Amino acid sequence: MIPTGQSGDLRSRAETLGQTLPPLLAEAEMLAHTVMLGEHGRRRAGLGDEFWQYRPAHQGDPARMIDWRRSARSDAHFVREREWQAAQSVTLWVDPSKSMSFTGAKGRVAKADRARLLALALAVLLLRGGERVGLAGLAAPRSGRTQLVRLAARLSGAEETADYGAPEAEGMVSHGRAVFLSDFMGDIAAVEAGFARASDRGVKGAALMVLDPAEEEFPFDGRTIFESMGGGLRHETRKAGELRDRYLARLAERKDRMAELSRAVGWHFSTHHTGQPAQAALLWLYRALEGGR
Amino acid sequence: MFTLGPIGFLNPWLLAVLVALPILWLLLRAVPPAPIRRRFPGVALLLGLKDEDAETDKTPWWLLLLRVLAVAAAIIGFAGPVLNPEERQAGSGPLLVVLDGGWAEARDWARRVARAGQLVEEAGREGRTVAVIRLTDRPGETVFQSAEAWAGRLAGMEPAAWAPSGMESWIAALPEGGFDTVWLADGLAHAGRETLAQALRDRGNVTVIESPRPVFALHPAGFAEGKVMVSASRVPAADAVAVEVAARGPDPAGIERELARVELTFAAGEAKAEAAMELPPELRNRVTRFEIPGMRSAGAVSLTDDSLKRRKVAIIGAGADQEGLQLLSPTHYLRQALVPVADLVEGSLSEVLVAKPDVIVLADVARVTQSEQDAMLDWLEEGGLLLRFAGPRLAASDVSRFEEDPLLPVRLREGGRTVGGAMSWGEPKALAPFPEGSPFYGLALPDDVQVKEQVLAQPDPDLAERTIAALEDGTPLVTRKAVGQGQVVLVHVTANAEWSTLPLSGLFVQMLERLAVSTRPAMPEAGDLEGQTWVPEEVLDAWGAARDAGEVAGVEGAVLAQALKEGPGPDQPPGLYAGQERRVALNVIGAETELKPAVWPAGVAVETLEEAAEQSLKGPLLAGALALLLVDILAALWVAGRLSGLRRGAAVLAVAVLSLQPQEGRAQEPLPGDDFAIEATSAVVLGHVLTGDAQVDELAEAGLRGLGDRLWERTSIEPAMPMGVDIEKDELAFFPFLYWPVTADSPTPSAAAYDKLNQFLRSGGLILFDTRDADVASFGGATPESEALQRIAAGLDIPPLEQIPPDHVLTRTFYLLQDFPGRFQEGSLWVEAAPPDVALEEGMPFRNLNDGVTPVVIGGNDWASAWATDDSGVPMLPVGRGFAGERQREIAYRFGINLIMHVLTGNYKSDQVHVPALLERLGQ
Repeated sequence: MIPTGQSGDLRSRAETLGQTLPPLLAEAEMLAHTVMLGEHGRRRAGLGDEFWQYRPAHQGDPARMIDWRRSARSDAHFVREREWQAAQSVTLWVDPSKSMSFTGAKGRVAKADRARLLALALAVLLLRGGERVGLAGLAAPRSGRTQLVRLAARLSGAEETADYGAPEAEGMVSHGRAVFLSDFMGDIAAVEAGFARASDRGVKGAALMVLDPAEEEFPFDGRTIFESMGGGLRHETRKAGELRDRYLARLAERKDRMAELSRAVGWHFSTHHTGQPAQAALLWLYRALEGGR
Repeated sequence: MFTLGPIGFLNPWLLAVLVALPILWLLLRAVPPAPIRRRFPGVALLLGLKDEDAETDKTPWWLLLLRVLAVAAAIIGFAGPVLNPEERQAGSGPLLVVLDGGWAEARDWARRVARAGQLVEEAGREGRTVAVIRLTDRPGETVFQSAEAWAGRLAGMEPAAWAPSGMESWIAALPEGGFDTVWLADGLAHAGRETLAQALRDRGNVTVIESPRPVFALHPAGFAEGKVMVSASRVPAADAVAVEVAARGPDPAGIERELARVELTFAAGEAKAEAAMELPPELRNRVTRFEIPGMRSAGAVSLTDDSLKRRKVAIIGAGADQEGLQLLSPTHYLRQALVPVADLVEGSLSEVLVAKPDVIVLADVARVTQSEQDAMLDWLEEGGLLLRFAGPRLAASDVSRFEEDPLLPVRLREGGRTVGGAMSWGEPKALAPFPEGSPFYGLALPDDVQVKEQVLAQPDPDLAERTIAALEDGTPLVTRKAVGQGQVVLVHVTANAEWSTLPLSGLFVQMLERLAVSTRPAMPEAGDLEGQTWVPEEVLDAWGAARDAGEVAGVEGAVLAQALKEGPGPDQPPGLYAGQERRVALNVIGAETELKPAVWPAGVAVETLEEAAEQSLKGPLLAGALALLLVDILAALWVAGRLSGLRRGAAVLAVAVLSLQPQEGRAQEPLPGDDFAIEATSAVVLGHVLTGDAQVDELAEAGLRGLGDRLWERTSIEPAMPMGVDIEKDELAFFPFLYWPVTADSPTPSAAAYDKLNQFLRSGGLILFDTRDADVASFGGATPESEALQRIAAGLDIPPLEQIPPDHVLTRTFYLLQDFPGRFQEGSLWVEAAPPDVALEEGMPFRNLNDGVTPVVIGGNDWASAWATDDSGVPMLPVGRGFAGERQREIAYRFGINLIMHVLTGNYKSDQVHVPALLERLGQ
């Protein structure tokens, strides 16, 4: 009796989704409001809607380019130029793996929630700026407000069974921008491969490592069996407290490796903790994307 | 029962389970603490890390020990261990239970009676007949009766405040035939104890039960070098121990409290200890009793009498100092007599009057100035004693010659007389026996007292009654008259040996003492007391509490003197005895009383009161096992890493310990300060007087809270929460209304409190006295509460009262009321009486009564109980039955509302009747 079971599950998930979607969206928008959205113009004449400048007509300018109203006020002919507003394609990849669903304390959001929130808030900002935003492997880059709704829906639904995720290069537009949001805890080779594929296509962007404070502090002690979120990996120790220093060393090593990798392909890399407010991370992402242009 | 040393087991076979403990050890050892499973994404980084030290997967040994101990404690606990298991042998035949019943048993009387009850009950179970005797009683016939007959009587027995004496007289009263005896003794030697024990031993087995606790006895305080010496004895003289002795007496407000405290240290093996207490005279004269605090026994209390009080005596000689022999000084003998027993005040007359001495002695002073005389008369009115001695100056002056001088008891003849001198015929005169009624009555006359010269009194009509001592020929030697509360006494001879040998004799000192000029330094001799009847003012019970003597008959001086020597008895209970001018304390323990441990003849088994009690160890062991298991939980958590670090464990322990600590009671009463004033004046606050009875106070507060709620709902009076008022400490002026529930044991307010209360009443405050006894008071007779009310109200400035007239303004200040029920409705209500001349005016429905608020309303209807509501507004106590009861409660609330309205608006409603007339006059 698959249909009843599945449809019930589907329906409940859909309902859950419908419940979480509006606040997620609203929260993302609220966060986006806090960032002053600069002109997305390219600071030079080109195709666009915004007025850029009047310039004297040159030879070879088609007659229909001449702005007659301006020209009538003087003896010369003037051409009205518009600012070049080329929309950029930004592909977001939010790690959908199980490890992202970890939270170290009651009342603290899971890493996945924070990553989705940041992604959607970034999407709000970008869409408002006229950019095209897509989700790697889930939604092709498009602009417009409907895309936001679509993104929210896809983001909420995206969850995999794998323990750790690897960056998805599928659906990236060549020479576009990309943002990777993950804990980058999994196999480093897979991460490296993702970065390599992205750089092959000329894609630049930012990678944000989202960590729970518990992962930074390792506040464990005594006889403990550690399991990965999916249960795929396990490690048993008698004195967890003694592992702390070595774990922290390995974590620092992983961060260094990520920073090195990003630098090599011209990406930005930073770490964000779910214990901190999301705003700082959003601002960093904003700056990172802006600076890359 | 299986016994192991002093411990017996009820279920010894359970101990076999202890064999299983080693197996448990092995089992527990093999099972390590369970690991915690944690989901943690960072595990990817942990892979490959090894634990540094390879600890075995086994439970730590100390945890094992903890668990095994817990299990062992539980097993032993369930095996029913008993400490000191009792193994009794049943007796047969009648059983005589002997109680000493003296003061030394008072401190653990309840346990003694319980023990005696237990013996009687056991005897009853075994079918033996029982008799119980108390040795402090007079010997009476002893009859063996069934145990049931004794059980009830035993509980009602009380110890006597004196020691048993003359025990051998009980031998004759013992029943015939053989019987066993259990003697609950106080551990002290008393006269005839050994003889009686031997007589009982002849009849059957004698078992003596004594309390191992030491007996302490406080001796009367004495004087030494200006300090008060207190001493105490104890039995047995064991280890070094310190006891405190407190001096109690009224404070300036008249409330009895502790005035001083001193510590007595018994050295090891010493039976007696002594300590000096340095008290200023003002304080010392207030001391009414010494006691060992916390020791409830008449032996630990020592009442004080005049011997501790030292009077302030001012001695004023004649004029300027004469250069002469010291022995001829008119005041020399007075000083010699008074220095050891009184505080002498030096200075001129006007100076000493400021010091308010108790006695002023004028030795041969004839004239005083007018202002000094006036001051003296004022001082006499207030109770001073002026003692004057004659002398050449007085004889030569014309003081009191024609008219009686106010400062002399009699008129004097000119010149005095000389008898037995070289120029006279007569012999020196001896004293006549003191007449009955004289303060000197009973004093023995020494033969060698002779009077050579004296001043003579004019034969006035009242001379005879003013004479309190005379010579053989009837001429007065000492005369006395009362002035106000004080008196003037004239000794018709000099205070030195010039005119008579009286100052040289012991009689002189005794006479001074009888006149209460001096106070007796030590135990009164028989001769001091004889000739007077001594009436007990207060008597002590066995627990050392003083009671009003009531109808205890007075005793002859000789009997009292004997009792002072031999200790009090049934006819002379310990207490304070008052003679004419003096008071003598008869204490259980005299200055010479020696405590000796009891000596028992051979063959008498002596047990202690406590040791026989068997004690089950099951509870403590099981509790210990539980505690160990609780510790095990914490330890296991710690081992498993679930308690991170010792710090958190310590926090847990601290929380556990804190939660175990009992709640502190209410902290010290806040001092009446600004907070109190602000709270009481920020709104209309109804006050109730704190009685000291927690239940009554709580009910009064709840009652005023309920009344306040009704006022808030129905009227424009919006009272804040009621406050309890301590009339001794708190300011009363803030309250418009005080509710005073009178309990039978309400303390009488101090003088300062009365001042405050009277001020409160005069300035428009109202006190509602509620004796809460209307249910019984209406059957006639005074209830204890109404007696207490009379006692309290005696000091209050209360106008004449009458039963509330039907047209009193209280009947219509808010509601129209005809009766004023509370929880009871039988009681009548008393308010200030209307002036006698008010009459019903024409056209008026009621008289115009008092102009103002009645200062007191007195009744007994227990209004607070009817008003009382709990926090959620639900009535706390039932009133009446059913709907009628609720109606009664409603009327009670209406009375309360009317009363508060009356307090706050006065006779406004009475004045309302004039409104039509006023309007008419205004021309409307």
